[in-house]
Amino acid sequence: MAEGAVLVERGRERGPEAAEVVVRRGRVVEGVRGYGLIVAMWIRSTMTYRTSFLLSAFGNAAITLLDFVAIYIMFSHVDVLGGFTLPEIALLYGSCSASLGLADLLLGNTDRIGARIRDGSLDTMLVRPVPVLAQVAADRFALRRLGRVLQGLGVLAWAVSALDVDWTPGKVLLVPVMIVAGAAIFGAVMVAGAAFQFLAGDAAEVQNSFTYGGCTMLQYPPTVFGKDLLRGVTFVVPLAFVNWLPALYVLGRPDPLGLPGWVAYVSPLVAFAVFLPASLAWRAGVRSYRSTGS
Amino acid sequence: MRHQARGRALLYLVVAAGGFRRYATYGTATVAGVFTNTVFGFIVAYTYIALWDERPGLGGYDQAQALTFVWVSQSLLAAGALIGGGFQEEIQERVRTGAIAVDLYRPADLQMWWLAADMGRAAFQLVGRGVVPLVAGSLVFTLALPDDPVRWLLFLVSVTLGLVVSFALRYLLGLLAFWLMDGSGINLMATVVSIFFSGMLLPLTVFPGGFGELVRALPWAAMLQVPVDVLMGKHAGAGGAAEALGFQAGWALVLLGVGRLLQAAATRKVVVQGG
Repeated sequence: MAEGAVLVERGRERGPEAAEVVVRRGRVVEGVRGYGLIVAMWIRSTMTYRTSFLLSAFGNAAITLLDFVAIYIMFSHVDVLGGFTLPEIALLYGSCSASLGLADLLLGNTDRIGARIRDGSLDTMLVRPVPVLAQVAADRFALRRLGRVLQGLGVLAWAVSALDVDWTPGKVLLVPVMIVAGAAIFGAVMVAGAAFQFLAGDAAEVQNSFTYGGCTMLQYPPTVFGKDLLRGVTFVVPLAFVNWLPALYVLGRPDPLGLPGWVAYVSPLVAFAVFLPASLAWRAGVRSYRSTGS
Repeated sequence: MRHQARGRALLYLVVAAGGFRRYATYGTATVAGVFTNTVFGFIVAYTYIALWDERPGLGGYDQAQALTFVWVSQSLLAAGALIGGGFQEEIQERVRTGAIAVDLYRPADLQMWWLAADMGRAAFQLVGRGVVPLVAGSLVFTLALPDDPVRWLLFLVSVTLGLVVSFALRYLLGLLAFWLMDGSGINLMATVVSIFFSGMLLPLTVFPGGFGELVRALPWAAMLQVPVDVLMGKHAGAGGAAEALGFQAGWALVLLGVGRLLQAAATRKVVVQGG
């Protein structure tokens, strides 16, 4: 708070535009700092029940690993699914699981906003000197979600070792970029979903159908799905950039929609592009908020 | 005596109605849930089409039956609390805060009270979240739904038994709170197991060999696999139906019995503080 005030003061000396910039930067710094403090608090609180934490971290890894076991069982009956082999599907599965896990770890609890609007506890957040989004994202921060990230990376590592890919520097670089950009795209969807709850009330499940549902879809090859669905997740909600397009390029397979090869590299740009409308929607949501008064 | 029994039955009916009404107030959440179940249904349906194209007749299902499995699963998922939800977190919270003492003083049995409330919840979600996804699925895909009303009736009986099994298991989780201070780890593990072993990820008939036989004998099979198979007439004839429903009823009785034992042990542990 005090730090922010000092920044504002310093900004004023340099004229109104400079003040705006400084205030804005101040808010981002404040947000990240607030986020860090809340996260640290929740981690300390989680560690009070260490056994429960270990169990839940393990459970979190297992919950997604069983998904993969189901795919593995499918492949005990077939050699290819939608024309893709098991290691190829493992690449899709592992990358999307790691991306979603990261987004879920950092921003996943934004879906609790609907419940907070309903019970009125959002009011408390509005009066605190930390940006609401940082508070909502850090709310009940669950370190156990690291389990999903590690599990996804594990399957990905197996896929990479089992695949017969002609690795070029570009392809090697594309794998980590795909994970991080994918996490950012999922994160943007989460923020947009949270903003939607200002409008719709408790609709956390809609958000889940784009994030969890999206990841369930992305762990299978695009050839399994209809062209209309593919267009939807490429051009409307650009989930295809989470892993399909980069992974198809790594695997040297054509995109069913016939997009050129270089689109494999634009995932970070897409992530940036979807964060803009998501954050605008979030701001509009917070501005439109009327307390329940309870 | 009989008068008292009737009073009890009425009480549990009122509790069940309360459970129904409580979930009926979450209008937006229900619509959001229907949307999610439908989206998931489409995604899984496409993957099953790919799988059954590759291997027709896999698990003893043709493609229409496999797709029926998908959509009936999506319809039963909320009612059976197969991916979490339900009351176990609430019991755990009440144990943690000590509010459970109030429950124990009620002139009703703790297990029956929660069973009634959970059946009310399940009844609402069966209607509120079950019908629309199934209709949506049947409009877009060719499903193998029966015309025979008796089959649908048997299905409802089977679903009810499956809901009781699901309740009985989750009641055990709830009671574990008397021994574990924080139940979130256990709940998560239970959800993992329930998703995998109920047949939600893949019909249990597709699981290979001895492992497949094992998973089809576990209580989670009673929650989803058996009701769907009953609906599709996989347990043909009076004998087949009796066997399927008997399997479910057996697990329901065993698990409710274990619940009673655990409940007795748990209530002995309660120390009521203050006055």
